[in-house]
Amino acid sequence: MDLGLNEEQEMLKKSAREFLSKECPKKLVRELDESDSGLSRELWKKMAELGWIGLPFPEKYGGNGGTLLDLIVLLDEMGYNIVPGPFFSTVVLAGFTLLQAGSEEQKQTYLTKICSGDMIMTFAITELDGTYLPESIETMAEAKGEQYILKGTKLFVPDANIADFLLVAARTGKSTNPADAISIFLVDAKSAGVKVTLLKTLGRDKLCEVVFENVKIPSKNLVGKLNGGWPVIRSILRKATVAKCAEMVGGAQASLDMAVSYAKERVQFGRPIGSFQAIQHYCANMVTDVDGSRFITYKAAWTESEGLPADMEVSMAKAWTSEAYKRVAVLAHQIFGAIGFTMDHDMHLYFRRAKAGELAYGDADFHREIVAAQLGL
Amino acid sequence: MDFKFSTEEEAFRREVKGWLKEAIPPRWRELPTGFWQETEESWKISRQFQKNLGMKGWLAPAYPAEYGGAGLGHIKRLILAEELTYHDAPVSIETEITVNWVGMALQHFGSEQQKQDFIPRIAKGDIIFCLGYSEPNAGSDLASLQTRAVEQGDNYVINGQKIWCSYAHYADYCWLGAVTDPDLPKHRNMSMFVVDMKNPGITIRPLINVIGCHSFNEVFFDDVRTPKDSLVGVKNNGWFQLAMALDFERSGVQTAAANKLLLDHMVNYAKTNKRGGKLLSKDPILRNLMAEMAIEIEVARMLCYRIAWIYSKGGHSNYESSQAMIFGSELLRRISDAGMRVLGQYGQLAFGSHRAVERAMMFRSYLASLSIGVGGGTNEIQRNIIAMRGLGLPRK
Amino acid sequence: MDFRFSEAEKRFRAEVEEFILQEIPPGYADKDLYWPGGYGAIGEFEVRDPAVEKIRKKMGERGWLTMAWPREYGGGGRSFVEQAIFFERLSYYDAPGMDVSTLISGPTILRFGSEELKKEWIPRIVRGDLKFWLAYSEPNAGSDLAAIQARATIDGDDLIVNGQKIWSSGAHVSDCGWMVARTDMAAPPYKGTTLFIVDNKSPGITIRPIVNIDGFHSFNEVFFDNVRVPKKNVVGDMNMGFYYLMVALDFERLVISMGGFRHRYEDLLNYARNTRRNGRLLSEDARVRARLSQLAIEIEIAYLLYYKTAWMMDNNLFPNIEASEIKLITTLLSRKLADAGMEIMGQQAQLWPGSPHAPLRGRFAVGYLDSISAVIGAGTSEIQRNILAQRGLGLKRR
Ligand SMILES: Cc1cc2nc3c(=O)[nH]c(=O)nc-3n(C[C@H](O)[C@H](O)[C@H](O)COP(=O)(O)OP(=O)(O)OC[C@H]3O[C@@H](n4cnc5c(N)ncnc54)[C@H](O)[C@@H]3O)c2cc1C
Ligand SMILES: Cc1cc2nc3c(=O)[nH]c(=O)nc-3n(C[C@H](O)[C@H](O)[C@H](O)COP(=O)(O)OP(=O)(O)OC[C@H]3O[C@@H](n4cnc5c(N)ncnc54)[C@H](O)[C@@H]3O)c2cc1C
Repeated sequence: MDLGLNEEQEMLKKSAREFLSKECPKKLVRELDESDSGLSRELWKKMAELGWIGLPFPEKYGGNGGTLLDLIVLLDEMGYNIVPGPFFSTVVLAGFTLLQAGSEEQKQTYLTKICSGDMIMTFAITELDGTYLPESIETMAEAKGEQYILKGTKLFVPDANIADFLLVAARTGKSTNPADAISIFLVDAKSAGVKVTLLKTLGRDKLCEVVFENVKIPSKNLVGKLNGGWPVIRSILRKATVAKCAEMVGGAQASLDMAVSYAKERVQFGRPIGSFQAIQHYCANMVTDVDGSRFITYKAAWTESEGLPADMEVSMAKAWTSEAYKRVAVLAHQIFGAIGFTMDHDMHLYFRRAKAGELAYGDADFHREIVAAQLGL
Repeated sequence: MDFKFSTEEEAFRREVKGWLKEAIPPRWRELPTGFWQETEESWKISRQFQKNLGMKGWLAPAYPAEYGGAGLGHIKRLILAEELTYHDAPVSIETEITVNWVGMALQHFGSEQQKQDFIPRIAKGDIIFCLGYSEPNAGSDLASLQTRAVEQGDNYVINGQKIWCSYAHYADYCWLGAVTDPDLPKHRNMSMFVVDMKNPGITIRPLINVIGCHSFNEVFFDDVRTPKDSLVGVKNNGWFQLAMALDFERSGVQTAAANKLLLDHMVNYAKTNKRGGKLLSKDPILRNLMAEMAIEIEVARMLCYRIAWIYSKGGHSNYESSQAMIFGSELLRRISDAGMRVLGQYGQLAFGSHRAVERAMMFRSYLASLSIGVGGGTNEIQRNIIAMRGLGLPRK
Repeated sequence: MDFRFSEAEKRFRAEVEEFILQEIPPGYADKDLYWPGGYGAIGEFEVRDPAVEKIRKKMGERGWLTMAWPREYGGGGRSFVEQAIFFERLSYYDAPGMDVSTLISGPTILRFGSEELKKEWIPRIVRGDLKFWLAYSEPNAGSDLAAIQARATIDGDDLIVNGQKIWSSGAHVSDCGWMVARTDMAAPPYKGTTLFIVDNKSPGITIRPIVNIDGFHSFNEVFFDNVRVPKKNVVGDMNMGFYYLMVALDFERLVISMGGFRHRYEDLLNYARNTRRNGRLLSEDARVRARLSQLAIEIEIAYLLYYKTAWMMDNNLFPNIEASEIKLITTLLSRKLADAGMEIMGQQAQLWPGSPHAPLRGRFAVGYLDSISAVIGAGTSEIQRNILAQRGLGLKRR
């Protein structure tokens, strides 16, 4: 057993903390949050140069050959600092899908561009009811000669507003088991019939509605096997879920750190508010939530990284972290009082992310149901 | 990072499991067990069991072999503790007190003579200690204790009252804190003693705990003479020694394992019992609840493993033990509450009642969980420790 | 005991309802984003809407704004229970009408003000002519109001005020500040603080907006630079203001938009009844049902406490412990309602007003943020708990 990071990961963590606090100050976070694109090309380029975008991908595609766990360390720091932009969708959702299911040619064409920072990509999975279940996928792709014709509406698609390409999960046939007839396609965002509408969200992350009106897709843009999409999606969702947990752990840690240092400074009734036991006990609860989240997340990431069965671990991590981050962010707000209720203060940036993170890839109830099934219930 | 146990550790776990299958007498499984030794009979079984454990070196696995321990590393000790609790082996708080608190403190602060005298006997399971810390007016605020020990010739003469002393009625010795110099400020006026419970002047009065069993006592000291060399460590330095003793590795993994046992019990129950014609395991609310408990157990376990891991790297835990203690104990309450919900009406049936489920395990845990999070430093005190020691929040 | 409304109370309730449905400007409630318990999404703190002013005046004409005051001061001679019914219905329909002047300043003036002060201010307050803002908090005095540093010195018939207030909700759309400042620096705060009314138009006042996390300009920083306030605007005696302030805070805690909770709850219930996820109505999901019933229970408890405080006032019992209790309970409920709503709505929940697909106009998303202010404004939950423990249960401070 070794519950610590290795030397390289420690280095990565440290340099990420330094880089992000310098290159992605909260001023930039706010600007991007309030912008329509959510993207800073400059920051994106720098992250590509640092090798972050290609971190978990093989060197032959221009990647860095790191592990999922390395990526988790980085995402933890990204959550700590809050880094807006399409990193998550491009690397975790799209990159991992291409790596796992893409043809060699697709990898050479697209993954290399992703690694070099020249392509932004996302994955359109969820539809109107917002759930991550195969039966919710109603978007259809019909084969017509050398093409597929794509029809349907996707909702809550991250970063579709700036994506160059979209991966799309679509139904390619009829089947008794709804999971058996789903395929994945690579769609050029500029194709005729693709309509992207930016949604306004609490998290101010860039979620979109994407409508496909008879969009023509060349057959070679099928990713993986025809009708074999769902197992890939499940595996990607598992990675995305634990990756989202890592971001949330970082955010919870930042909320705690901010609140504790404020509690030491802010004086009321002639003493630092951190000397009031009510506040002290809040902080004790918060640090336990943060530490618990970190361990359960890293354990899930490690399990997935080792290629061991990880459904249970990942669902445990997401169910717990979704609620723990919220608890921590709410208590942090409580400690800040009115100052934390202002737009100019950083705390709400975290409070918003906590909710968005909870909703992404299944909330606590969704994942507890998976755990229940794993318990044999 | 690596979250798995080594093959050697896994083998050790199998060994422990295998041994436990044989070593726990069947009769034990018919008695009300789990938290306290509730009857004479269970006390006797557990004493014998502890001696058997002692022979394997597993009663005091951390002690060096020369003192009768197995010299096991931190991770194996964790495994051992986990398995013992999960299999509801006949050990309870008296082992924890004797082996981990007193034995460890003696190894650190005792004279060579004291070590030779007590440690091997502790490791063999021959003697049991009770803790004489708390007093009616000194609970969380232990520094306010008033029991006095006055030098007289070759002896100290002890007068005062202790309370909540678990198993004092069975104990051979008392690990006693007493004021040795009332003129000095609190925290610098107290010394630790090993007092023979057979000494004249000691009166023990039973206290009955919420479950209805006699586990703790009031102990009165009336001109009790104890030889000077029963003082442990440095005179008036008892507070420091006590604080150190509280810091010896305590991962709290026992509570996590006890929680797992309770969860398995309720999951099994839910899978095999119906209410309103429907299997309990199909009830969405109960499924959600049990899944939540399973997740929390995982968190609890990680918080405990962390402590063993810190120690195995030669480190020292700071606020982490308090975290694990609070989390585990509060989880025990939540789990017991969840279990009572799963059991429904049957949850209220006491041990010995017609139709009681699984020796009323949940019932007893529901009550016993009230004490976890009180004994050994309340959860409020632990939170104070986390806030001030761990996070550096100001006292004033 | 009798938990029912009397016939007269029922008639009054119907009358209020009829009035509201008739008088609310069309579309007003459809724009409203107020979240019960919160302080950051109250339309009246953001803009001064002539249509709203008109309704307020109409209510004033009926004596409703101050209905529980004695008749000699323009009150409506009604009971506090009736007043509670009135505000419950008002907040249920998201109607405007509550104001610092009628709910906090007015009652305090009646209790401690001189006859002259009453004559000057009370009639205008009764008519709904004036809007007040609360000038208590300062950067270094939030929970600890004894730490205020704004000063007022006597100069002839005037006070000259200097200092800074913060978190001043609606200051930019109000007529007058209801202000505390230090008047005797040598004395301890509770013997050297004065409460007075300051006209917003006085020279030397600068109001700077602060945007809250909902994205609205509801509160402000307000700077006082040698602002002259006539001494006759002082409430009660000079230097006794801290004591009056404590009473005013009790009045404030009793301002609860009870009906807002019920209405938002009904929204949620209807949403669950009419929305399918995965082919099934949300209201058929056992966990959704459990959450909704839990909320229903907590709302019922809050209602009971709400009417209890009114009943106490009618019986000359001042509910100062209950005031903290109801503030604590309803503001926590504000958070829970938002939280549960968000969980029930799933992904859709995060859609903000104005976004395609936003359920219930995105109101719960706003409420989710706004409810953070509920447990902070008007005395944080921790302070309410301290009050309950110390004042209510007699636990020692040390
Ligand atoms: C089952 C059981 C077995 C025990 N066995 C032994 C034993 O063998 N030997 C022995 O010596 N003792 C034993 N104890 C006693 C135990 O150590 C004490 O109960 C414990 O230290 C608390 O002391 P108290 O009960 O006097 O509570 P108090 O100290 O009076 O505390 C009462 C309440 O006040 C809170 N409180 C106190 N101080 C603070 C503070 N500074 N901040 C916030 N909250 C505070 C506490 O958390 C608690 O909630 C046992 C107790 C139990 C329940
Ligand atoms: C939306 C909004 C609108 C507002 N409108 C107005 C207004 O119109 N006029 C006005 O004057 N003010 C207004 N306020 C200010 C409000 O009254 C204060 O925010 C509140 O009193 C808390 O003060 P603070 O924000 O300075 O927090 P602090 O007092 O600094 O408190 C910070 C944290 O410490 C805790 N704390 C402080 N003291 C203790 C203690 N003794 N024991 C335990 N915990 C303690 C608090 O509970 C809180 O968690 C508004 C606030 C908000 C959020």
